[in-house]
Amino acid sequence: MFTLILYVLATILLSLSFFKDRKKTKKALKKAWKAFENILPQFIGILVIIGLMLAVIDPETISRLIGGESGFLGMFLAALVGGITLIPGFVAFPLAATLLNNGAGFMQIAVFISTLMMVGVVTLPVEIQYFGKRAAVLRNSLAFSFSFVVALVIGVVLG
Amino acid sequence: MKKIISRYKFALILVTINIILLFILPEIGYRSLAHTRNNTLEMLYVVPPIFIILGLLDVWVPRETMIKLMGEKSGPLGKLIAFLMGSLAAGPLYVAFPIAGLLLKKGSKLSNVLIFIGAWSTTKIPLLLFEASALGWTFMLTRFTVNIFVILLIAGITEKLLNTADKSEIYKRAHSLSS
Repeated sequence: MFTLILYVLATILLSLSFFKDRKKTKKALKKAWKAFENILPQFIGILVIIGLMLAVIDPETISRLIGGESGFLGMFLAALVGGITLIPGFVAFPLAATLLNNGAGFMQIAVFISTLMMVGVVTLPVEIQYFGKRAAVLRNSLAFSFSFVVALVIGVVLG
Repeated sequence: MKKIISRYKFALILVTINIILLFILPEIGYRSLAHTRNNTLEMLYVVPPIFIILGLLDVWVPRETMIKLMGEKSGPLGKLIAFLMGSLAAGPLYVAFPIAGLLLKKGSKLSNVLIFIGAWSTTKIPLLLFEASALGWTFMLTRFTVNIFVILLIAGITEKLLNTADKSEIYKRAHSLSS
């Protein structure tokens, strides 16, 4: 649905650009392709790594890792699993709901969802390419730490 | 040709590993390929509009405009634009980095670009709706509200902890990556 809106927006902007200046439009498309091709090798790498990872660490394994242990150790484990893996939202949220139903705590699930979204170990090479090592590592470490804050608040509100 | 091979070397090695896996551990090899295919299709679906918009922004939006909107002196407006751009996006986080590179090249403030990355990673609206239906509205709204502050804090702290040399290196990277 949102992607569709992006397509509509891109089409409108592209036509406007084409009517105003064909040369510039051609240049824009060339830049679009170059920006994509620049990062394509890393994208392919990420896609294969995610595939391998999801093949080895399936939802069952994640449930075993997160579902069992509770308390701070359980939260830390959940944060690690979320930070290392890269699961798309439409898989992660139903999985989180199942884990909750099976007895996992809200805080554990919150920290898992948070690091899953904000921390990206697999995508770190791409992030480093654009932001440099220091900024990328800093952002990810801060995101990892703040995920516990998010979890604590959720624990207070929903616990 | 040599240049292309060296750029794709790592990707080729990974693909080869996956093909070898098909022979030694067929089950994992197949599952992995199936995941890769699905994720590749998902990526290819979001990539065309995002990169076309990126190309158009690059050509049509002058640096001065971007500096006014998202640069050093853009204030709360710059933060708001960064937050909305990230939240209204679609696609996995790694697609956001090339856009972040363009924003930096056009003179956006580093912390604003980090807000954009933060919003793209955690407060994307389509994902929030999905989260609410799976985990409930209280869960989603609490996480969303806290994350607004967390995103601002992470962006602010990261920028504060980087020195001038780090920052100028980041801007240099942005220029060399999308010239």
